[in-house]
Amino acid sequence: MRDTVILLFGQTIQMFLVLLIAPGIAGITRRVKARFMRRQGAPIIQPYRDLIKLVRKESVVAQNASWLFRSAPYAILAFTWVAAALVPTFASGLMFNWAADALALVALLGAARALLALAGMDVGTSFGGIGSSREMMIATLAEPAMLLVLLTMALTAGTTRLPEVAEFLISAPITVRVSLALALVALIIVALAENARIPVDNPATHLELTMVHEAMVLEYSGRHLAMIEMAAQLKLVLYISLIVCLFLPFGMAPAAAGPAAWPLGMAVYLVKLVLGAALLGAWEVSIAKMRVFRVGEFLGGAFVFAFLAILLAFVTREVLN
Amino acid sequence: MNHAYDVSHLLAGLMIVASFALLYQDRIFAVLNIFAAQAILLSMAVGWEAWTQQRPHLFITAALALGLKGIIIPVALHKMIVRLGVHRDIDQVVGVGKTLLIGLALTSLSLMLVLKVTATAESFTREGLALALAIILLGFLMMITRRNAITQIVGFMSLENGLILAATGARGMPLVVEVSVAFSVLIALFVFAVFVFRIRERFDSVDIEALEDVRGDTK
Repeated sequence: MRDTVILLFGQTIQMFLVLLIAPGIAGITRRVKARFMRRQGAPIIQPYRDLIKLVRKESVVAQNASWLFRSAPYAILAFTWVAAALVPTFASGLMFNWAADALALVALLGAARALLALAGMDVGTSFGGIGSSREMMIATLAEPAMLLVLLTMALTAGTTRLPEVAEFLISAPITVRVSLALALVALIIVALAENARIPVDNPATHLELTMVHEAMVLEYSGRHLAMIEMAAQLKLVLYISLIVCLFLPFGMAPAAAGPAAWPLGMAVYLVKLVLGAALLGAWEVSIAKMRVFRVGEFLGGAFVFAFLAILLAFVTREVLN
Repeated sequence: MNHAYDVSHLLAGLMIVASFALLYQDRIFAVLNIFAAQAILLSMAVGWEAWTQQRPHLFITAALALGLKGIIIPVALHKMIVRLGVHRDIDQVVGVGKTLLIGLALTSLSLMLVLKVTATAESFTREGLALALAIILLGFLMMITRRNAITQIVGFMSLENGLILAATGARGMPLVVEVSVAFSVLIALFVFAVFVFRIRERFDSVDIEALEDVRGDTK
């Protein structure tokens, strides 16, 4: 009984931890970008202020907007939050470990994306439509690659449950695994595309011809926009956590260690997250955005890498057993 | 885990990645650089095999791969391109996306086939043969999809990289054969060069599409 309470407590910490740090991580990325461009940059807490301001403001809704338009932001935030709370962050043995399945994660993110695309088309403006159509094009290319990456990990570790994959990688002796390196490259490409980051989409743009994510959410304002921004920030934290959990899980508190190991795990996790956000900022200033029609090739590259990763993992398994 | 296997797996895996990069890349100098990188990876793989399996004559193969295919052939092709004046982009018959998908299918096919057929052989041989067959098929695919004579030569050479990898994995190709294969590849390069210059003289282009109209009786 006591154990259950402790595990539930840990899970609750994780749920609110990801929610609390998400705007901060986005703030760090923006700040790093600004500094690299020799600008002062907004303070790291600026995204929190933006969110508070948006929540207080009146929400303007188009006259022909349906119930879907009004409810979608909350549902999108809920789906993304559940997904972000399931990815193991600072400890692997939490309450809802059994649910942290890689395929469930992809399904949750897919549901949120479908809702967002529907909401983008709901009011009937041309920008919303073009944004939705592009988002779906990107998603149809990114999702298979993502699934292949997760299956590569599953093939290596023997399970699709993320905490167990992380535990396996911590405990297994360090070896050179080319399939994992390829999977990492593929997952980074997918993460950039899914988070609307620079070679694929520009999170800071409002230029009509190039925007994807911003075009879909153009009609939103006030608290609805706050929910959508929050969901986007959570998604960024989710992807950084996923990369860290699958490829750099060292320092995560193992399930057997109990709550005493949590503070250390949390400190290591936060350091990794901040590093990830800073690297993202550095990456974004050093590369130009692609034309929308080249995105297919970019994400096709991710698919090829992920496919090769799974083939090589398969060869290793076949040959060594 | 044994490091001997890990490193050879890493090098062979990177060779496959290089093969895919060759299929994907459409700038002619970049193709040459990737080809040189693949040859250097090959020589490292062969050298590693020689080191771990105590087969010193493989060092000669590694040195040949490095010297001939890592340095001499790319430099020669580079000079040829400059003299022909074809630094422009390469056009492909099939689109990049389709080519890569076919490449993935070929790779899967060769892995499935070799792993099934050689179920009783030892792990180094199976791994080497499976990946080598994939590289050979990808080389074929590159020769089929490219229209430019120079990149077809690169496809052929990359196919030959796969052959050497297979020969190293299979333990048993005599040194004499290896040396003669290496030199015949060099001779093939000269023959190709002569042909490319002849094609160019005749048609003012190294696009082999121009050859399709030739009936043999044009004077």
